[in-house]
Amino acid sequence: MDTPSEKIPPKTAAVKIFGVGHAGIAVLEQLAGGEIPPDYFAIIDNDPQTLEACLVGTKVTINSESVRKVAAGTTSGLVPELSPEVVASLKSACEDKNLIFIVAGLGGDVGNVLTPMVGRLAKESGALVLAFVILPFECEGSRRRQIAEQGLEAIKQATDGVICLPNQRILGLMDETTSVAQALRLGNGLMADCVRGLWRLCLHKGLIPLHFSEVCEFVRGHQAESAFAVAEAAGATRSREVLDKLVNHPLLDGGRALEECDGALVSLMGGPDLTMTEVNRIMEQINAKCGRAQVIMGAAIDETFRERLAVTLITVRKILQPLDADPSPRICTEELGAQLLNRQSEPRPGSRFVPPAPVLPPEQVQRMLAQQGGSRARGGKGLPRLRQTQLPLEILSKGRFDKSEPTIHKGEDLDVPTYIRRGVVLN
Amino acid sequence: MFDPDSSIIVGLEIGTSKVCAVVGDLSPDGALNIVGLGQARSRGVRKGEICDASMAEEDVRHAIVEAEQMADVEIRSVYLGITGGHLRGFNNRGVHPVVSADREISEADVQDVIKNAKTINLPAQNHVVHAIRQHFLVDGQDGIANPVGMLGARVEVDVHVVHGNLNRLQNAIRTVKGLQLEVDDIVFNGLAAALAVLTNEQKEVGSLVIDIGGGTTEYVVYANGIIKHTGVLAVGGDHISNDLAYGLKVPLSRAEQLKLEHGAAFLDDAAKGQSVTIANELGMPLKVINLENLRRIMGLRVEEIFQLIAQDLDQADALNYLRSGVFLCGGGSRIPQVAQLAEQVLGMPVSLGKANSISGLKSALDQPEFASAIGLVKFGSFQHRKRASKPSLKDGIKTTLGQFFKRS
Repeated sequence: MDTPSEKIPPKTAAVKIFGVGHAGIAVLEQLAGGEIPPDYFAIIDNDPQTLEACLVGTKVTINSESVRKVAAGTTSGLVPELSPEVVASLKSACEDKNLIFIVAGLGGDVGNVLTPMVGRLAKESGALVLAFVILPFECEGSRRRQIAEQGLEAIKQATDGVICLPNQRILGLMDETTSVAQALRLGNGLMADCVRGLWRLCLHKGLIPLHFSEVCEFVRGHQAESAFAVAEAAGATRSREVLDKLVNHPLLDGGRALEECDGALVSLMGGPDLTMTEVNRIMEQINAKCGRAQVIMGAAIDETFRERLAVTLITVRKILQPLDADPSPRICTEELGAQLLNRQSEPRPGSRFVPPAPVLPPEQVQRMLAQQGGSRARGGKGLPRLRQTQLPLEILSKGRFDKSEPTIHKGEDLDVPTYIRRGVVLN
Repeated sequence: MFDPDSSIIVGLEIGTSKVCAVVGDLSPDGALNIVGLGQARSRGVRKGEICDASMAEEDVRHAIVEAEQMADVEIRSVYLGITGGHLRGFNNRGVHPVVSADREISEADVQDVIKNAKTINLPAQNHVVHAIRQHFLVDGQDGIANPVGMLGARVEVDVHVVHGNLNRLQNAIRTVKGLQLEVDDIVFNGLAAALAVLTNEQKEVGSLVIDIGGGTTEYVVYANGIIKHTGVLAVGGDHISNDLAYGLKVPLSRAEQLKLEHGAAFLDDAAKGQSVTIANELGMPLKVINLENLRRIMGLRVEEIFQLIAQDLDQADALNYLRSGVFLCGGGSRIPQVAQLAEQVLGMPVSLGKANSISGLKSALDQPEFASAIGLVKFGSFQHRKRASKPSLKDGIKTTLGQFFKRS
């Protein structure tokens, strides 16, 4: 068995895709019937009816009691444990595999609780483990979100990498008439696309190969969060269409994720007629958008992809943890600009580094104090100091417009006389 | 003299410096005649919006009574002109796919697409004052004036929407209603001024009308016969007086007097070093004012108004369409050399607008202050003609019954 330390990239990877919980099973159902052979699938749930209904893959039942115990255990902080039969069946499913995908939806009970455990087991068996998780909608409430976040943390510890799909982003793809079932199906479909994209990437004979271990290195990192987008197009202008779709994909916040990311992984999949210009064009645009990020590229050719082009893009962003980051805040100017421009940016970590007051010579201090307190007229505009003149101080009353609403145009109060605003001196 | 078939159209403008009512007589063959004019000094209005309803009501009553006396009619309903810094104008586009099998565009399609164009996301307080249709587009082809009967898959229409705060609009309407007068319609003052001042040719070629009033300055851009852009700036003649009161340290009424007597937009060499003596009511000299300062203060304010308008038009990309030039109206157009200053700032030929193509009281038509109110009457005449050409069933029955009772 391969141990995690010697990552020899295998020629053909042995893959297993686990679907955990209702959401995971739904995604696997969407994946089934495609190019992935069915014996790669395995589904885990506590509800035997769902398992019966789903026709894909080997089934592993976990009885509800142990799930509830485990769920209760997680919330009260105890270490959860699975029954030994379940552990054994999971282990046998993971045997001899070097690549394991776990697909789950967070916020509920089964997916949230079991995914970290399955991940740990899978890692123990020596494979590289990638988790694909679906985060609940904002409208599902704060409790679900809390549970999902806890689950996400646990999964990050337990696996080699996590790719998240927040359901909230799907709202951008829907319109008013989409039903709830359709919306959920849409989200599952997106996840299935991503799994398929990565599967193709890792298993197909790549022209520009991208090894799975690279993918794992890329997505690994205890503080990394990733977003992904999959775009497909066919026909003569496919490269442009794919680019358009990618850049405006709602899962990437309309392209913002690209600008803010620290790394991007691009996997291109095309038919034998894929031209170098197309690849070039796509990579140029992505490189341009990503700026200082590391971009890894892989391309593969598939006979069945004639006339089509599919691009899977995964972006990684290292979250700035305020406690253990290095003391000098390295906020690069583009990121700051992006943060200032987009209103929904993550909250900036509080500044712990307060620069000391600059040391000024006493004359400069005096001058600065005088500037703050004194009036404008003394700025050396040539008024004779000995005569008592009226100082053009702040407008205390606006005359006619005292009690009316001020006319503010682009930040300027137009009720204040123009000659005062422009600093014109009258003699 | 009183022809029962002709109708009386009254335009009422409640402005910051004056309230004026203009009475127009629309003859059956469509000729409009201005027969009466009433005005009163406005005390309850500031920056175009009513701030003291009771005083405004009184002033409106004075103006209406005077207009009634001059025209010898009884005024029952008016077309009300509204303005204020809260008004905004923007262009909106509505799309509608043609549903009929032979892809012919019908009247229903046109109504649908206009309805689509009118559904816009307005802030909750706002109410649409005007939704003026501009041009139609059929399958992307621009410049179609009337698409009924043409073939196409998709029809779009550009609509210029003017909207404003509902509460403030209601304030003005209620003031008028409080005098037992009906409000036939509300009209944006700038639009009215443009209707009065521009000829059809000038509207085709492209022109800008700037109405410099007491409290507000409205501006409207016409191009290719349709409205392209409108805007309101809540700065007007009152601001000039206020500036003078501040800068010359005189009371406000004195500042207004100085503005009217000695003000100008440019500081020319002849004025340098001159001074003006203000005398009190007995003729004793009170104060000496430097004419240069007066002109400078005034010039800066007027220049700023034009600069702000130029900036807004630049942003809206409407400056390229103005081949016929700029027309100034309103009280502010009486400032000496204001046209030259505007030319300098806007870079286009500027002239003073005059209400033409309307017959009637020469004294009223000649003065630029009444351009808005005259435009309101003109707007009313268009509405009247439109209504007259579509008689409703109710009106038909009413007229027959009415005639029946008249004979008996």
